[in-house]
Amino acid sequence: METFLTILLDGLQFSSYLFIVSAGLTIIFGVMKILNVAHGSFYAWGAYTAAFFIGKFSDMGMPDAMGFLIIIAAAIVVGLILGFVIEQGILKYMYHRDEVLIVLATFGLFLVLEDIILIAFGTDPYFAYQPMALLDSVELGGIIRDVYGLTLIAVAALVALGCWYLLNKTKWGTLLKAVIYDREMGISMGINVPLVYTLTFIGGAILGGLGGAYIAPTISVAPGLGTEVIVLSFAVVVVGGMGSIAGAAIGSIIIGILRALAVHELPQVELFVVFAVMAVVLVFRPEGLFAPAKPRKI
Amino acid sequence: MKHNYLARAVGLAAISAMTLGAGSALAKDAITIAVPSFLTGGAAGPFGIPAMNGAKMVADAINAGKLPAPYDSKGFGGATATIEAIDEGGGATKQVAEYRNLVEKRGVDAVVGYISSGNCQALAPIAEELKQFTIFATCGTPRIFEEAPRKYVFRTMGHATADNVAAAMYVKEKYPDLKGYTGINQNYAWGQDSWRDFDLTLKQIMPNSMASDKTQFPKIFAGQYGSEISAMSLDKADLIHTSFWGGDLEAFIFQGNARGLFKKKIGVFTVGGTAAYRLGKKLPDGLVLGARGPYGILVRDRDSALNQWFVNTYKNLYGTYPSGPAYQYGQAILAAKIAYDKAGSDASDEALGDALRGITFESFSTTVEMSLGGGHQAVTENGYGITKYDDENGENVVTDVKFYPGSCIMPPEGVNSVDWIKGGMKGAKC
Repeated sequence: METFLTILLDGLQFSSYLFIVSAGLTIIFGVMKILNVAHGSFYAWGAYTAAFFIGKFSDMGMPDAMGFLIIIAAAIVVGLILGFVIEQGILKYMYHRDEVLIVLATFGLFLVLEDIILIAFGTDPYFAYQPMALLDSVELGGIIRDVYGLTLIAVAALVALGCWYLLNKTKWGTLLKAVIYDREMGISMGINVPLVYTLTFIGGAILGGLGGAYIAPTISVAPGLGTEVIVLSFAVVVVGGMGSIAGAAIGSIIIGILRALAVHELPQVELFVVFAVMAVVLVFRPEGLFAPAKPRKI
Repeated sequence: MKHNYLARAVGLAAISAMTLGAGSALAKDAITIAVPSFLTGGAAGPFGIPAMNGAKMVADAINAGKLPAPYDSKGFGGATATIEAIDEGGGATKQVAEYRNLVEKRGVDAVVGYISSGNCQALAPIAEELKQFTIFATCGTPRIFEEAPRKYVFRTMGHATADNVAAAMYVKEKYPDLKGYTGINQNYAWGQDSWRDFDLTLKQIMPNSMASDKTQFPKIFAGQYGSEISAMSLDKADLIHTSFWGGDLEAFIFQGNARGLFKKKIGVFTVGGTAAYRLGKKLPDGLVLGARGPYGILVRDRDSALNQWFVNTYKNLYGTYPSGPAYQYGQAILAAKIAYDKAGSDASDEALGDALRGITFESFSTTVEMSLGGGHQAVTENGYGITKYDDENGENVVTDVKFYPGSCIMPPEGVNSVDWIKGGMKGAKC
């Protein structure tokens, strides 16, 4: 029972981290049909910005609880600035181009943003342990867990709830769904599609930044951390179905739980399991488990 | 007749002058040494940058003739060396292409460096193919010289077997009642070799202690170890072995510390020395800490002139004490100087290899014997200690430090590491 509870919590914690990052990736793809490789950089910038300011504020003697505000602020600022500049400065001019070209452009952006991180923050890792230290630890299932890690599950649930509410209960969500369903029809019905694109990209970037900012207190924030996450996020999005928030959630849970199970019971296959799930899904359901239905145009 | 003698004398003088002139035209005033190290990625801050700092500091001192005796002659065989810093990031495929570029297009005189075992493993055959004098500074897999004989490739520090045999011996002395052990190591040559050697040694010297059947091998640079920490917390093993390094090492310490892992289990960190100066109070007390040899925090107080020069110059230049990688790269540059001094600045790659092969030299913190792998692989002592935060001075220190001689922790010449350990470490002189 102890092992079961531990695997469940480990799985959910890892799933939560995957979901927060991949939700932004899948929203951008769903609305804009852009496979955004630069999403890993949003994550990295979120982590760096949060770690940098948490460290600075701590040095100034500010209370450690400020760290939580900094995390939220870092995600919003990074998403707003990077999202706006990239969408308005580059992607806007590429929408009529082939999707593969846009992927290459975002890959180039990813490399540029990684190098800017090196220039801005240097090569030394940053530590922002204060928020994690503030929440202390608790014994669950016979082992000690840091409470901060557990709050990640709550944050992911809030993100999922927020996305669901936005898409299903607001006028903005209706407009988004209309653009996802048929862009041309949306334009003809008077929807300001360029504005929808800009806001969607910024929203996705904020989620990417939030993933990085929230995970920063638990890791050594070092150059290159965006690379690892983008690979895992693609696996999640492929499993869940590209463009589907529910798919990203289910994909994250499947991968997170199976990975935790492998680590506990058969560590030799831990690396293999994530991509094995992806391969199986691609064989039997190439569009992913929860890919949104596509209209057939006549 | 007199005239004939004069003509001969003039002719002889002319030939001598031509010979001398030709000699000075061949001798180089300047050489270029490529120094690859991680300048980007998670390994840069804790490993790559200190390593590069150590290499540059020693090369600058050699160029200026400011190293303590017996290395106080100016230059590398008299030549001034330019250090060309190369980023080791990007994986083995990129490094092979970069190495070919350095040798074939840019024509560097020597290559000194490399941290990753994966890179060294991939580059050793390329260096042999290109016949390029190359010194591996830090990478640790024993396979480099055990899988094939080398002519142009050298390594000036001990390999993973020394780290892990020494760790096992230290564990036996400090924790004789150890019942079980597990490990978390990166899933590539370095991590796999490290665990294998530690596990095999403990099986030999502590046969009553059981290895866990759930040892962890996460991907290198994974960064998050929540599930692994849970699995190890639930494991009955009372000791955790890790050869984590760089950002992975620091992330694991953070996450494990927050979850009380190191209060429940003994942590053995074979490369933990790099974290000692960087993490300060966040490094838990009571960890068994190694530095991949007699380097860094383990030897800070050794009072030889060479070591005190190294420690004080590094502290003055970079504002922190030198960690293991700084020492290891400095040591490799020193070995290059010794080779050039002996063979001459215009020496061929073969001559440089001949000059370094099988020698024993005094380095900054230890004596280096190039006695394995046909004289290409160094043997040095190796040591471990226990971490403790010194509140008075506000820094980490190590207590209970013990060093094991190289002849005790590395196999004799011609014997494979694994066979040596499995065979009961015959010939070990402890």
